Amino acid sequence: MEHIELFFKSVFVDNMVFAYFLGMCSYLAVSKKVSTAVGLGAAVIFVLTVTVPMNWLLDQYILREGALVWLGEGYADYDLSFLSFILFIATIATMVQLVEIVVEKFSPSLYNSLGIFLPLIAVNCAILGGSLFMQSRDIATFGLALNYGFSSGIGWFLAIVAIAAIREKIRYSNVPAPLRGLGITFIITGLMAIGFMSFGGMLTGGGEETSSLETDGEVGLKTEETIQDNSETIEITEVSEITQQ
Amino acid sequence: MGLLSKKDSKLILDPLADNNPITIQVLGICSALAITAQLKPSIVMAISVVFVLGVGNVVISLMRNIIPSKIRIIVQLIVVATLVIIVDQVLKAFAYELSKELSVFIGLIITNCIIMGRFEAFALGNGPWRSFLDGIGNAAGYGVILIIVGFFRELLGSGTLFGFKVLGDPVEKSGLYAIGYENNGFMVLPPMALIVVGLIIWVQRSRNKELIEEN
Repeated sequence: MEHIELFFKSVFVDNMVFAYFLGMCSYLAVSKKVSTAVGLGAAVIFVLTVTVPMNWLLDQYILREGALVWLGEGYADYDLSFLSFILFIATIATMVQLVEIVVEKFSPSLYNSLGIFLPLIAVNCAILGGSLFMQSRDIATFGLALNYGFSSGIGWFLAIVAIAAIREKIRYSNVPAPLRGLGITFIITGLMAIGFMSFGGMLTGGGEETSSLETDGEVGLKTEETIQDNSETIEITEVSEITQQ
Repeated sequence: MGLLSKKDSKLILDPLADNNPITIQVLGICSALAITAQLKPSIVMAISVVFVLGVGNVVISLMRNIIPSKIRIIVQLIVVATLVIIVDQVLKAFAYELSKELSVFIGLIITNCIIMGRFEAFALGNGPWRSFLDGIGNAAGYGVILIIVGFFRELLGSGTLFGFKVLGDPVEKSGLYAIGYENNGFMVLPPMALIVVGLIIWVQRSRNKELIEEN
């Protein structure tokens, strides 16, 4: 159950692109054709699935406070979490390089279709973002970390394939000249993101639509709070209006 | 600009408008938009990127002749990661609340495409001083967009700027709220950042016809 919940949450509710704008650069640059978008999306799924669990191990056994206790009692106080950026990015860069070599050796056809995108992925924010969110959300077990990496990748894949399909069609529409290309893509992505927000209530049965997001503790929480504040003030003002009448 | 020659000042001024990294080069959108719901985090983010890109460009430019080209991406990533760790630690020490709010997005400066893009395109082929100016210019161009987006989202979304209630108090019905103005709560939601940037691109490209794409 935990796994299913995390899966749907990472694919739809916390979608990398639509909720956190991660990996926007390649998302905008490589979404002109569906076929290339599928290639890049598949590569992202693969790399996220590999790097998030690896970084989970690093985080659990080296970086977090008290993680070095397996070396001996004297190491229990060490907190190396300030090193996480540099270790995570090093893992990612190395894994991407390794994946490239392995894929080239064992599956030249896959390499030819993914080849150009693999080096790009090392600097895709979605990959590093996946690891950093994994760390800040305290994902509990190795299995969940694996699940989180895979399902975030699926979410990113869905997003880029969807926008590529829309961009293929929009070429035949009469978009105002200054909006063509980049401008309209931004606005469409914004509209798609509004659509994806409706998944917000999916995992809670719709009763309290914000509670699933509140557990994030991240930027999501911040915006949720301000929204709640706003709705509360609106309610208060409405009530005061009614009493005046 | 007495200090700078005409060519040098062009390095700083170009990215601010006609060659803006976000709206023209389409770089660095990744870590930018999620933190623009308010003005303060936007400004902090802009300053952090100016620091990382300015210093990083100089470092890479000084090392450009000794980096083997095969491993340059990893070297660049390490340089950026080190600088970002400095920024992160400084923020945690002096502005803890803000660094909690920015959370992973400070870390994501590492994979900000502007930084890698400028390292590759400029710092690897130019001297330290020119690279420094280029870094500052591009980061400022990025910061300007961030601040514009943050300004409009906070003003229209919560009716505040830097947390001050500039439009009056919505509960006591003072200021603009007295004549029936309401905050647009939609503006603080993430999707509106994308739409605001889309509108900025629209304005910029209708003022400068040369920038219009051919679909």
